[in-house]
Amino acid sequence: MSIYLIRRLASGLLTLVVASVVIFFVLEILPGDPARLMLGMNATEDAVQALRVQMGLDEGLYARYVQWACGLLSLDFGRSYTYSVPVAELIRERAAVSLPLALIALTLSTVIAIPVGLFAAARRGRMGDTMAMTVSQFGVAVPNFWFALMLVYVFSVWLRLVPAGGFPGWQSGIWPALKALILPALALALPQAAILARVTRSALLEVLGEDFIRTARAKGLTRKATLWRHALGNAMLPVLTILGLQFAFLLAGTVIIENVFYLPGLGRLLVQAINQRDLIVVEGVVMLLVAAVVLINLLVDLSYAFVDPRLRTRA
Amino acid sequence: MKLWIPMAAAAFIAITAGSAHAARTELVLGMPLEPPHLDPTAGAAAAIDEVLYANVFEGLTRIGARGEVLPALAESWTVSDDGKTYTFKLRTGVKFHDGTDFDAQDVKFSLDRARGEDSTNAQKGLFTAIDTVEVVDPSTVKVTLKQPQGSFLYNMGWGDAVIVAPESAETNKEKPVGTGPFKLENWAKGSSITLTKADGYWGNPVALEKAEFRIIPDAAAAVPALLSGDVQALPNFQLGDALPQVQSDPRFKVVIGATEGETILATNNKKPPLDQLKVRQAIAHVIDRQAIIDGASGGFGVPIGSHFSPANEAYVDLTGTYPYDLAKAKELLAEAGYPDGFKTTLKLPPVAYARDGGQIVASELRKIGIEAEIIPVEWADWLKQVFTEKDYDLSIVSHTEPNDIDIYARKDYYFNYDNPAFDKVIEELNLTSDEAKRKELYQQGQKILADDAVNGFLFELPKIGIWDAKIDGLWENSPIQANDLTRVKWVD
Amino acid sequence: MSELGAVSEDGFLKKAFGNRSFVAGLVITCLVAATALLSFFWTPYDVNVLIVSNRMQSPSLQHLFGTDQFGRDVLSMIMVGARNSIAVALVAIIIGMGVGVPLGCWAAARGGYVDDVLMRFNDVVFAFPALLSAIMITAIFGPGAINAIIAIGIFNIPVFARVARAGALGLWPREFVLAARAAGKGKTLITIEHILPNIANLLLVQGTIQFALGILAEASLSYIGLGAQPPMPSWGRMLFDAQTRMVVAPYLAIFPGMAIVITVLGLNLLGDGIADTLDPKLRRQR
Repeated sequence: MSIYLIRRLASGLLTLVVASVVIFFVLEILPGDPARLMLGMNATEDAVQALRVQMGLDEGLYARYVQWACGLLSLDFGRSYTYSVPVAELIRERAAVSLPLALIALTLSTVIAIPVGLFAAARRGRMGDTMAMTVSQFGVAVPNFWFALMLVYVFSVWLRLVPAGGFPGWQSGIWPALKALILPALALALPQAAILARVTRSALLEVLGEDFIRTARAKGLTRKATLWRHALGNAMLPVLTILGLQFAFLLAGTVIIENVFYLPGLGRLLVQAINQRDLIVVEGVVMLLVAAVVLINLLVDLSYAFVDPRLRTRA
Repeated sequence: MKLWIPMAAAAFIAITAGSAHAARTELVLGMPLEPPHLDPTAGAAAAIDEVLYANVFEGLTRIGARGEVLPALAESWTVSDDGKTYTFKLRTGVKFHDGTDFDAQDVKFSLDRARGEDSTNAQKGLFTAIDTVEVVDPSTVKVTLKQPQGSFLYNMGWGDAVIVAPESAETNKEKPVGTGPFKLENWAKGSSITLTKADGYWGNPVALEKAEFRIIPDAAAAVPALLSGDVQALPNFQLGDALPQVQSDPRFKVVIGATEGETILATNNKKPPLDQLKVRQAIAHVIDRQAIIDGASGGFGVPIGSHFSPANEAYVDLTGTYPYDLAKAKELLAEAGYPDGFKTTLKLPPVAYARDGGQIVASELRKIGIEAEIIPVEWADWLKQVFTEKDYDLSIVSHTEPNDIDIYARKDYYFNYDNPAFDKVIEELNLTSDEAKRKELYQQGQKILADDAVNGFLFELPKIGIWDAKIDGLWENSPIQANDLTRVKWVD
Repeated sequence: MSELGAVSEDGFLKKAFGNRSFVAGLVITCLVAATALLSFFWTPYDVNVLIVSNRMQSPSLQHLFGTDQFGRDVLSMIMVGARNSIAVALVAIIIGMGVGVPLGCWAAARGGYVDDVLMRFNDVVFAFPALLSAIMITAIFGPGAINAIIAIGIFNIPVFARVARAGALGLWPREFVLAARAAGKGKTLITIEHILPNIANLLLVQGTIQFALGILAEASLSYIGLGAQPPMPSWGRMLFDAQTRMVVAPYLAIFPGMAIVITVLGLNLLGDGIADTLDPKLRRQR
């Protein structure tokens, strides 16, 4: 177990190191001068140069990478060029929107998908199954941002139940803040729920065909009881994998959804920072998202090993 | 629903309660772009001034609602006969928000900082005429210029020329400390900036206790926010096609004002074949200004024929110089040697008026055989490629600096335009302070630019302001980028 | 995946046409492709002509789906947009397969450190959420259809590499491969002659999935302004333009969205159908 753990950790770390090199050097090719961008069309060349020095842009590329990478180790992401505050602080503020959003969406999608998957599996081949799978087939095909637009049209423009966008901030109270996250979370969750429901159904059907289920049925357990007691637990493996992948996907999906709803989250920060050539912020946010993906994959792998000890040896 | 609520709770509820009877003293304004930081002396973003100008920071002079120069921290001034020495008499008893006193030293510090070697002032050019700044006594400052400058007092009213204190100058980006009637309460990055009334303000007391600038990046979100009362004013917001919905609602006032934003089809005057006057004239003849205004600006905006704001009293209407005329345009192209047109490029920055306007312009140009390939660029690339390296043929952009006709006289400016006759007009303008004479010179300048068809002159960017009909005192026009809240109040 | 290679052409088609998913998917996909092809020769209106006075007309008999903010016919725009969507997704798959499949086969054939290094490389690419790398690429090279293709293509590489490697690994210990090795054939030749034909079905199924994902990704990128640029009509771009006008002209947002849903639905059904026909068990992997 411990060797497996160490190997997985080491490969995760290696991925992160390579990713940091890729991110930093790739982004430094970006054309455009952040200093000129801040001072605009009327600024004189010496004013722009003075700002470059102030932002530390006159130092060498390599030196800046070492400085940045060393900072990362102590969770110091550097200072934003445009906001001139620590990047870590910006990320913390924005994560307070993105993280709850992704979590709510993940919860929603799980709460919707697993029962639907169970329902469909239990009624395999019957009306209910066909209906659920047809709907989910559509769900998989819907782009989340379009779904978001439709939600805005119905619930904000038409019914005026929830705000069409923007975020009042947690300091204005839990309820107003949650209200602003409802539509974005729904828009993110439903297409994911469609995928998850399909996976749950087929995983269950797979398990239902195996020997131990037949044994359980032979013992006289009802079909329903078998489904709950034996099949669900064993079907959790593929479901877990998809969940892990989905969380990573949701974090990235927030980039688009936050732009639809104008939520001040990591995604908006990222797009804004790219446009303003605030590279150090871009590097920080991308690094963080990559780290999140690596960590989640690691957790999924470990929980695999936990659920099914046979897998440990396969490392 | 009329409730009497204790003050603390009122802060929360006043906004939603609609018609609570005690005069409302809070206001939420929506703005599309967030300022990158809060120091007007270190950035070009209009959003910085739109939050802070006149509200938090003040200069020696200030620009009023009609573009006039008014006294601010300088209560009066005298100008020497040769026009080179300005002696400012400062207000006394003025304090910065951190409690420190304002005096002549702060003025000297601010002006020297803005024009100093390591200055990062976005409008450093405003200060180049200054030779020395001397402190005569704590309430008197003498500024000596290298040569007379007709617009000096106006320049000192820009947001980039506000007075800051040496103690706080370095931290203004985060915690702005000025002398204005409002101070920064809170900046929730990405969502809102809140100002509250500052104690002990020297000038006329302001009516508002609290003002929040909420960042709403798009019309699709702004309209519902306005309708639901979350936001009570959108002082400068391009609502585009969503505007009619608000216009019909009697609860709101819709004010279409003028800005200083001349939207132009920027043309590289040195790039063949655009270096030929006839080619530029041909292009000018196919610009359908009304179609551009309808398609790219929601139907609002005043057509312009030169680089000058229609709101300015020196404005002359030159839109008739090259009227829309396809036949004439083709003829001119043929005379220039391009009977079948030519291929060119059109680089568009990421703003609606440019991206949408560009498609219309390209479609018009196609009618006379000019194939303009549209190349969308981000601002960073636009500044690098078009503005700095002048690597472009055509572009669309709005020049929002006030009274900036003099850019055409700058050497090496990105239009690559060079006309000694025009340079002479600007030179004379700089040395003239007589208003009637200045007006005449401005008009001469406009005429030259129009005749030379330096750029395609499209329209003046409108300032579309929408606010609760019970709000009084917001600016109708935008002579300078600002949301001056000093006279804003709720009326019944 | 026991007898994947054993389904004969005849048997496959016969089985496939008995599969509802396959038939529905094929019909929809062919319709979309036909529309895209038709747009090269004919559209109801010319999408390059802007008639601003004709802007934002509600759907009517003249303009079935209405007109946009420049007075262009939305139906014609959707038809031309189909070309763009299909082209981007298709080329991205070619990139993904062209690079990913050889890599995956190589990793499976060589094993050892080659396998390790290639799979670590896969991990790194995989660690970047697809959209994120697309945003970064388009930020560097500027927005445009070509860069959208590259971005989506790069994301496709590790996907195909994984599928190819997994498929190939399962085949190497099989008798017919061992026999070929015994006959003295080299690894490259075996991969071409025996491995590739036997993983082709897997790749085909994955291909339809990636096609559908590519259409969605292209729409997302265009929507945030990083994909196809105006005046080239693109579904995602149309949705972006529609967003601010939703209050007055909701139809501008509805029709391009439907076009995306229908296309992706068709491809997914087709993929399901093929997978079902080849081996019902494959379905589980989606």
